Amino acid sequence: MAILVDEGTRLLVQGITGREGAFHTGRMLQSGTNVVAGVTPGKEGQDYEGVPIFNTVDDAVEETGANASVIFVPPPFAADAIFESLDGGLSTLCCITEGIPVHDMMRVAGYIKGKNATLIGPNCPGVLSPEKSNVSIMPGDIFMPGNVGVVSRSGTLTYQIVNELTQREIGQSTAVGIGGDPIIGTDFIEILGLFEADPETGCAVMIGEIGGNAEQLAAEYVQSEMSTPVVAYIAGFTAPEGKTMGHAGAIVSGGESTAEAKSEALREAGIRAATNPSEVAELVAEALGQA
Amino acid sequence: MDLYEYQGKELLRNYGLETLPGIVAGTPEEAARAAETLGGTVAIKAQVLTGGRGKAGGIKVVSSPREAEEAAEQILGMDIRGHTVRRVYVEGGAEIDREFYLSITVDRTAKRPLILFSTEGGVEIEEVAETNPGAIVRLRVDPLLGLLPYQVREITFAAGLEGEAAKGVGRTLTNLYKAFEDLDASLVEINPLVVTDDGRVLTLDAKVTVDNTSLYRHKDIADLHDVEAADVQEQRAQEVGLQYVKLDGDVGILGNGAGLVMSTLDVVAQAGGEPANFCDVGGGADAEKISTALDIVTSNEQVESVLFNIFGGITRGDEVARGLLSAIERAGITLPIVVRLDGTNAEEGLKILAENTPENVHTEVTMLEAARRAVELARDGGG
Repeated sequence: MAILVDEGTRLLVQGITGREGAFHTGRMLQSGTNVVAGVTPGKEGQDYEGVPIFNTVDDAVEETGANASVIFVPPPFAADAIFESLDGGLSTLCCITEGIPVHDMMRVAGYIKGKNATLIGPNCPGVLSPEKSNVSIMPGDIFMPGNVGVVSRSGTLTYQIVNELTQREIGQSTAVGIGGDPIIGTDFIEILGLFEADPETGCAVMIGEIGGNAEQLAAEYVQSEMSTPVVAYIAGFTAPEGKTMGHAGAIVSGGESTAEAKSEALREAGIRAATNPSEVAELVAEALGQA
Repeated sequence: MDLYEYQGKELLRNYGLETLPGIVAGTPEEAARAAETLGGTVAIKAQVLTGGRGKAGGIKVVSSPREAEEAAEQILGMDIRGHTVRRVYVEGGAEIDREFYLSITVDRTAKRPLILFSTEGGVEIEEVAETNPGAIVRLRVDPLLGLLPYQVREITFAAGLEGEAAKGVGRTLTNLYKAFEDLDASLVEINPLVVTDDGRVLTLDAKVTVDNTSLYRHKDIADLHDVEAADVQEQRAQEVGLQYVKLDGDVGILGNGAGLVMSTLDVVAQAGGEPANFCDVGGGADAEKISTALDIVTSNEQVESVLFNIFGGITRGDEVARGLLSAIERAGITLPIVVRLDGTNAEEGLKILAENTPENVHTEVTMLEAARRAVELARDGGG
């Protein structure tokens, strides 16, 4: 098994004809993802590498039975694309777009509550279940199938850690980039819950960073609800207060937002925390009894 | 994007919030003239994009144009938490009856706007949260419904307000929420919000932060960006679309991806070094972008060595290596550079670097080794 995306995923790409959308659609097809449709308003009837393009999500769903979407639409139009997918009845949405206004995302987050859908991102690398489905911009080559679930606020840091796991021949069940924005569709807790329920996942890796308090909430959740071992890593100990460190959501604004406060919460919850990315793979090996 | 008090007030006035008359001044003479125009007792307030100006002596109350000139003389050029005061706001006075605190921020966990109201105005809200948490009312707004009338009543009742004052504070809150939404603000803070002896509700200080990602639809606000107040390197990076934050150390740091770069900074600190900056060059191996980034990082005179941490993902290590070599050549860097290359085709990339590297470029395989090396080289360079 895997979480969120697998062999049953029938993917729709919103913004399939844009530079990023087209490039990554090609890569997702190469890694065997079942890409069934693309949406670009005004380009219905065309195709991209054999994937039919539709004007609207509704048309695409009706014609192809798509059940998941990945969004490459530019920031000013991205929230609209999310609403369109939600109203189109898609259950898994992955928004790659970086730079969506916070107020747009608050409206999206309010609207999605009434829907039976999961939004991953925005400003995220997507979701990848090795050799099953790749709904992401992640480099598929560094992954191998296995039983470690990875959830992260950062893209390249995920690649770094996955690569070290793979080098140790520790495979992954699913890797989920939840995104680096202040308001994201799905938080650590929800993904950790899915890993806990997934019989194939034997260990979860959580990669956090400065800003907000999602890591603290996750720490409480791990302590009270999870039997699956969790290894964590937090980035941003050297970040100064009040400065945005690349990700819009990575900002120290006192209190719970610092890396110190987060790692303190992890320690208190008895979670294995690595001090650098390389140590993560060591701790995972330990947790799996493979050290 | 943070706005100055006078800019924030100007925006809030458009939404019906009442402020005292004020004039911006860049010189003591201008301040004197402003005080004369306004008449009576005026406050001379430092305009800086940071808090704590009151404690730092950045606000003075004076009663004549001559005193205004003297006060402005003292305040202009003052350093407040690393920010140089280049303008003061000369503002008229008022007879204050009661002071409150009112703000709207984004609650990341609830994913909703959060209203904070405190009956203790003029004090930092963090302080009140510790000393008198009962004074604070918290209220979350459904962004799809907007602020509801009952929520406004909850606040005014909690504040113990009656009559005109209750109506005035209620109106202010309603208008402030409208401004928060319209301006795509991530923070609007009025501290203090005052009720005067004659029952008026005034915005005495205003802090407005507009969400950077929304600036494409707020050109007028984007134009308020104060280029002079920005750090030279940060300003240049912003213009070319690079994510750069200046720090105090001597190890310049570049990498691809915000998380990886943050982590690189931490690892350098763990190795006993001090990062000089954060710089995310993003994906790809665009030689021009990398050389611009290298140029910005090394233009900080404190930098003694550079650590370039790249994880080749979709962009393969060999392409990254070629881009990097061409960028180093183009930027003409002579400082020691440690390159750590990992990920897809890292071996090929390292081989290319090994065969063609200029003397000042060192390669390492792991992040930790690279960090140690960069720290050593910074020490050697710094003497």
